[in-house]
Amino acid sequence: MTELVKHEPTTIYIKPSKGLAALNLRDLWIYRELVFFMVWRDVKVKYKQTLLGMAWAVIQPVMTMLVFTFVFDRVAKLATDGIQYEVFSFTALLPWGLFVTALNQGSRSLVAHNNMVTKIYFPRLILPMSSVFAGLVDFAIAFVILIGLMVYYQVTPAWQLLWTLPFFLLLAIITALGAALWLSAINVKYRDVNHALPFLTQFWLFATPVAYSFSTLSENFRLVLSLNPMTGVVNGFRWALLGAGTGPDLALWISVIISILIFVSGLFYFRSMEKTFADTI
Amino acid sequence: MTIAISVKNLGKRYQIGAAETKFRYNMLRDVLVDTVYAPVRLAKALVGKSDRRANQNFVWALKDVCFDLEEGRVLGIVGRNGAGKSTLLKILSRITEPTEGTVTVRGRVGSLLEVGTGFHPELTGRENIYMNGAILGMKRTEIDKKFDEMVEFSEVAQFIDTPVKRYSSGMYLRLAFAVAAHLEPEILVVDEVLAVGDAEFQRKCLGKMNDVAQQGRTVLFVSHNMSAILRLTQEAIVLKRGQLIKRASTPEAVDFYLASGQAESGERIWEADEVPAASAPFRPISLRLKDRSGKVVDTVRSTEPITVEWEYRLEAPVTGLRVGMYLSTMRGEYVFTAFDTDDAEQYEQFEARQAGHYLSCCHIPADFFNEGRYSLGVNASSFGVRRYFMDESALSFSVDISGAPGTQWPEVRQGPIRPRLDWKIEKID
Repeated sequence: MTELVKHEPTTIYIKPSKGLAALNLRDLWIYRELVFFMVWRDVKVKYKQTLLGMAWAVIQPVMTMLVFTFVFDRVAKLATDGIQYEVFSFTALLPWGLFVTALNQGSRSLVAHNNMVTKIYFPRLILPMSSVFAGLVDFAIAFVILIGLMVYYQVTPAWQLLWTLPFFLLLAIITALGAALWLSAINVKYRDVNHALPFLTQFWLFATPVAYSFSTLSENFRLVLSLNPMTGVVNGFRWALLGAGTGPDLALWISVIISILIFVSGLFYFRSMEKTFADTI
Repeated sequence: MTIAISVKNLGKRYQIGAAETKFRYNMLRDVLVDTVYAPVRLAKALVGKSDRRANQNFVWALKDVCFDLEEGRVLGIVGRNGAGKSTLLKILSRITEPTEGTVTVRGRVGSLLEVGTGFHPELTGRENIYMNGAILGMKRTEIDKKFDEMVEFSEVAQFIDTPVKRYSSGMYLRLAFAVAAHLEPEILVVDEVLAVGDAEFQRKCLGKMNDVAQQGRTVLFVSHNMSAILRLTQEAIVLKRGQLIKRASTPEAVDFYLASGQAESGERIWEADEVPAASAPFRPISLRLKDRSGKVVDTVRSTEPITVEWEYRLEAPVTGLRVGMYLSTMRGEYVFTAFDTDDAEQYEQFEARQAGHYLSCCHIPADFFNEGRYSLGVNASSFGVRRYFMDESALSFSVDISGAPGTQWPEVRQGPIRPRLDWKIEKID
């Protein structure tokens, strides 16, 4: 028999949430351990029963980098702000990889866990959130490869700018999470997302200066491209790590603002749709 | 006494049939127009303003439900399919949000439905315990503390570091149940109708529920089984089409429920307001189960043939119509699906049906069902064109097996059917 420790149970009020629902961050805090467990599970399960295991986290960006190097450097001979093309493109592929993983896993997270959604309560935000965070592990592995590449090609990092990197990483996470929130919530009701996604990521890749240099574009074109929040992230990574480009300028701030807008609106949209997830999924 | 659950004016509205009206294309032109408008529809849908015609089909699964429940009480909830029992439990466990009204719940709500939710086949038993515990809202320290107890309860100690995909289904279920059973919520909700698993497992669930009640915790129990309700609860509420129509001591509430003719009676009658507008021109009227003598029955004998009758009205001519049923066990395994125009000749004759009043009826032969309770669902559709009406649990009935093959042995036979097979035994040598 367990000893009867009479602790005061928490009282829960259930009522319809009106309009833009309160974000209910309290529950998210209460369930913070679940985020950890979900990330841990995703990472643990991701490469189970594969021959190459964790090596996939390296192979994917490295192969893309090699293809890009062949097409855009050896064949098209694009300008790269004077940086070795391999390092130049790999620096951008890091946050891009994080973003694509978040987009793919995050947007399917609710539908993929529909048995959880229809059977128990937990803050639904945890699902897209943990998909995005799980991508950080692949990111960390790829980061080690980047260091290796920089040593190999003797590219000196921009030491005095390196402290800004966490900021750009945060920006990458916010952008990825924002997109994942929108797409996962829409996906619950309209599975069109699944069909649009491959096309969307491909389109988005070329609308982001991953394979080419932002500074070689014309002024007008740069402003248009800065409407894409990933432009700011990629340029920021190149600036913080390699000292390439101009650093924080108008284009970057536009990207930052759009990224925050997508994130905040995604948060509210997700919360307002959350109440019907279990009914429509 | 403190109040554990306080429900005030609770209502839940569902939108139905909106998706189905969309697929009524007559011409390629319609398809093209529809495709062109798709982005507009998407934009409208995203901001929450869907088409007006789609907005008309609402159904209140719960309406104006009020009750308080004191701590430590066991409350039974009865009502026929679609009365709102499961919706009520879903709202209490915060899976879905109410449309109106409030609920105040003191403490953590756990349900035995959650068994195995979030289990991943690639993870080991140990890892799944932590994962599942976290999903159910347990703290890591809490899981650490109860870990040994859970493993012991599940009887899978020697396989605890093996991926659960290597487990037998029994081991899997025991482990899953061990976690759910050690959640120790202040309030436990049990929906017998939805509980999965074999008879043994269901018995275990009910046993656990009894333990919880003995420890002075609050329990809500939904069941179609009146004897279980009578045995396990002191008080019960009766729901009818989303409304609470009676709250009384269990014997009184059960009497009221049985007497009011809402109990499963072998007949389902659809009243006008129960049929969604989107199902027009198809209007279901009633569904009946009859025994050999033509009497409407709730319990049928396995050794006798039964007749299923579905009465409906067509308000306009329909082409390609097929009217039929799904038969499944209460655990949700399908037994069969059949339509009235399955036969090719029959199909040619009734493929196009004029407006009017119809009866589609069929016989299910004797020596078909095994013992247990079955659910009869109905469906009326034109293949590849449109589904007019569907009710996956229109009626349920029990099968009595006295006289069926093999009943000389008092044992439970596996499987939903119990055919009388023509066995021959020969001595070869």
